[in-house]
Parts: sequence; structure tokens; C-alpha cells
Amino acid sequence: MNEVVNIIDVDIECERGDFKLRTKFVSEDRVIALFGRSGSGKTSIVQCLAGLLKPSSGHIRIAGETLFDASANINVRPEKRRIGYVFQDARLFPHLRVRGNMTYGMNLLSADQRRHAPDDIAEMLGISGLMERLPETLSGGERQRVAIGRALLASPKLLLMDEPLAALDNDRKSEIMPFIENLRDQLGVPIVYVSHAIEEVVRLADTMVVLADGQTLATGDVEDIMSRLDLRPHTGRFEAGAVINVWVIGHDDPNMLTELGFGAGSIWVPKLEFERGTPLRLRLRARDIGLSLVAPTQSATMNVFQGRVVDIEDVSTVRSPHVDVLVNIGAPIIARIARKALNDLNIKNGDTVFASVKTSAIDRQSLGLGRRRK
Amino acid sequence: MSELELEAIRLSLEVATAAVLGSLPIAILVAWVLARKEFPGKSILDGVVHLPLILPPVVVGYLLLVTLGRNGVIGGFLFDVFGITLAFTWKGAAVAAAVVAFPLIVRSIRLSLEAVDGGLEQAARTLGASPSRVFATVTLPLASPGILTGSILGFARSLGEFGATITFVSNIPGETRTLPIALYTLTQVPGGEMGALRLVVISIVVALAALVVSEIIARRLKARLGS
Repeated sequence: MNEVVNIIDVDIECERGDFKLRTKFVSEDRVIALFGRSGSGKTSIVQCLAGLLKPSSGHIRIAGETLFDASANINVRPEKRRIGYVFQDARLFPHLRVRGNMTYGMNLLSADQRRHAPDDIAEMLGISGLMERLPETLSGGERQRVAIGRALLASPKLLLMDEPLAALDNDRKSEIMPFIENLRDQLGVPIVYVSHAIEEVVRLADTMVVLADGQTLATGDVEDIMSRLDLRPHTGRFEAGAVINVWVIGHDDPNMLTELGFGAGSIWVPKLEFERGTPLRLRLRARDIGLSLVAPTQSATMNVFQGRVVDIEDVSTVRSPHVDVLVNIGAPIIARIARKALNDLNIKNGDTVFASVKTSAIDRQSLGLGRRRK
Repeated sequence: MSELELEAIRLSLEVATAAVLGSLPIAILVAWVLARKEFPGKSILDGVVHLPLILPPVVVGYLLLVTLGRNGVIGGFLFDVFGITLAFTWKGAAVAAAVVAFPLIVRSIRLSLEAVDGGLEQAARTLGASPSRVFATVTLPLASPGILTGSILGFARSLGEFGATITFVSNIPGETRTLPIALYTLTQVPGGEMGALRLVVISIVVALAALVVSEIIARRLKARLGS
């Protein structure tokens, strides 16, 4: 058996003025997300990975290669690390055309180090027609795609993406998301994806690191992290919900529905353009799930699951009329119910309940392609 | 135009060009150090660089004569080792012009270097470029409008240089008699008014031409830099 080489192995402390950062995580997955509010230390971590910021102690190893080790006095210079960095603000060189930007890093590599051809990458990112343009003439979404292409053409061992969508409006976001999924699935470049938007994390990442105030609160599979009610103050309330692994069972074309299977049953969602058997990751937002103590009859809700209450959010810590309840229906899901309803129905841990999921609540933004288990 | 006038124009252009080209590399280096580095004594360096701007040119010329003259510390060394004589030659005139133009050139380059987005330099590093390559391929091109402006200012200042030049290299026809010095000479002889007037007109034309050329280059640069 070969020893498993983690793609990323980070254990660092870093000081920046008054701000102290401490983080430790390993990952062997294709996409790891650093998740947290602004000021939580996400960007500092990627700057440490890129070599733009020097940690005060600890180590950074990427694909088995030590890039930083305070005790061994190793600190590889940024230009020697071969780590691509896509900045939030693109940072294209204004004096170079798109082609010049794209090939800037590639031209510094010897021919045998170049893994991609500019024309192929441009085609994949849908920017072939922009090659002779200057960056100032591009839209925000186009700039970000050029920045991604520029980083990829430098044939990095790891790609850092620091909130690449944060500066874009929703239309531009959904324009770029498929390209990022493409490079994850086709090019096989491991990605560290920084975001404060949970829907991006769920759609792209396999593993996530939750950060707050420079501290690492949790590390693990996206599904596990998202079903933890204690992390709720950090994973956010409004968009919050559980993530379950599903696969496409089949389509019901006349009714424009798709059936997704999970461990203990199946769920109907609006028709999806995925083939049968495709593994997917489905995010069910807590606010789209209702609970009742008896099975609803003559209900218009198609997806009703019997389950058991596993955990109830600590009412004393939440300033909200709503409370989140973790229910095991064969997979953990989270329902958001009124605080008053919780008391009136006297719902406790271990109770049997029925969870109903609104079909209309599930759209493309709730889905990520599932990981291919080995 | 007379032989004398043509010679003065040619000499002035040569001296100013040599002054700017010769001081540009040092000016870029000094501007970069002032813009990007923090070290003890930075304000002293800043002060020394700006000294020629506030000193009377005659003082600058006299200091040059004392240090770079055949008997000066540096001047003696240059003559003994390289056989170079600066005092009373056109090279000396170029040095005098370069010294008085230096602060203007440094100032303008420094401002443009400070305006270059450090984030772009970081991006270049992550793409595999060494610091010196980043400087050559990102920093310098982005600072080029400031380098151009500095060069034009320095060129104009060099063309007009009088006090330091006449003190350091005197007034030798064909060697150090630049336009301003030729003009001054004509005003000192009876009946020179007509000639002086012609040189005034020529000075204005040369200055305007330099301005127009720089404006054209600046526009092209701006279009190229996309801003």
C-alpha cells in the first residue's frame, strides 16, 4: 500500500498586526473550501499558501512537497511554488492584452512543464474571442475568466481561488460557476476555494474548513459540517440547511420532475439535466422544510419523510422566532420551525416527526456534482 | 541660421539628451528605493536628491568644479584612471545638466512607482516571475508614463541650464556654449540684440517641439496602458 499523500497539509500560525490566525487542516480532496465571514482569516491563509505572507510558525505541504516549515527554516519563494492564485479583483495586467496576460506565467515555464495550450484553455473558459482585447474593455465576468485562464496556464500544482465570484452580480456568478466546475472535473487541478457564500461551497467543494476570527472551528466533509447545528452561527442562518448525497434515479418527463435517491428513500425535484446514476450533492435549506407530528394527508407536498429528531438548536443562543431542528430521515436534514410551534407541539429529541420538503425550493443552485468515491 | 546658432542648438540637444539618458537609470533606482523601501536615513537620501532643486545653480556648478575638476577628488580619479576630463568639456555640461535635472526626474518617477498597484506585482510573483522580472515586465511598463514625464521635465530643465553650466564648464564656443549661454554672450556684446532675439525664438521653438513630441508619446502610452 502506498502512503496516502495529502494534497494539502497545513498547520500554521500567522500574525498580522493585531490579527492572529491559527489553522490546521489536511485534505486529499479535489476541492477544499475555506469558509467564513470577512475578517475570519480566509485570505490570510491563501496568502500563506501562495507565499505572499509568511507564517510565524508551522508548516505547509502541498502534494508532499514542503513549501514552508518554520522549524526547518524552509520558505519557498512565491515564484518557485507553482501555486496559481485567482484574486477576487482579477488583477489582470492592464498593459497587456488578454493573450499576453494568459501566457504571462506560461512563458516562464520550460516546454515540458507546460500542461495546457492557451487556445484550449481559452476555449474551455469561453474567451477565445477576447484574446486581442485589453483588460479594461472586458466585463467583470470576462476578467475573472481570463484571470482563471492565466493561473491555469502557469500549470500550477494547486489553484487558489479567493472569492472569485464575490465582486460579481448574480448573473455573472451563474455564468462563471460552470467553468469552475469544468476545471475541477476535467483538468484535475486541486483547488482551494475561499468563500463566504455557502451555496458556492456546497456546489463546488468536497471538504470544508470553517473559520471565525482567525480560529479554525471545524474541518470535514461538507455534508457533515452542514448538518452540525452548533456551527450554525458561523455557517449562516438564512441560507443554512443540510447537505445530503443523492443520485439520479430517473426522470418523469411529462411532469417535468426528476427523482433523486438517497440512503432511505427518494425525493422529487424539478427536472434536472443529469444522466441517470449521476451522483449529486443536494442542499436542502432549513427554511424550505416543514415538520408535523402526524403524516400529512391530502397534502400538495410530494416529498414527505418520516424521521426522528436528533438535535434541537439551543433556543437560548438564538435571537429569532425560529428554531432549527436536526431530523434523521435516513440522512440528516434540518428543518426550521417556529419557536412557538416547538413549544406547542412539545417536540423533543427522539420524537418521530414528518418532514415535508417543497419541490419548488430546489434549483440548480442547490446542487453540486457529487464526489466520485474510490 | 548661422553656423554659430546651429552649433548652439546641436550642442544643447546633445547635452540635454546625454543628461537625461545618463541619469535615467540612476533616477529609476533612487525613485524605486524611495518609493518602496523603508530604511534609516531615508529622509537624508530624499533631501540630498532634492538639494539641486533648492540650491542656487551657481553653487551646484561650483561644487561640481571642486569635486569633478581635474584637481577634485572624483575628477582627479576619473582623469588618472580613465583619462576622462569633465571640467570645461561638453561632457561636463551634460553632468551639470543631469545634476540639476535629477530631482525633477526622480520625483516624477517616484510618484508613478507609488501608483503602481502592488497587487499586480504579487500576481506576477504567483505566476512564476522573479522580483527582477516583475520589475521589468510589470512595474516599469506601468510606471512608464511617469518615467516619460520625468524625462521631459529633465530634458527641458537641461536645455535651460545656465548657472551650474557656466560655473563648471565655462563658455567655450563649440564645446560648452549651449543655447542659453550663447544667448547670454550675445546680450553682452554691442549690436547682439538681433542675434539674441533669433536665439530666443529658436529656444521657444525647440521647447514647444519637445512638448508636442512628449504629448504624442504620452497619449500612445496611455492608450497602451488602458487608462
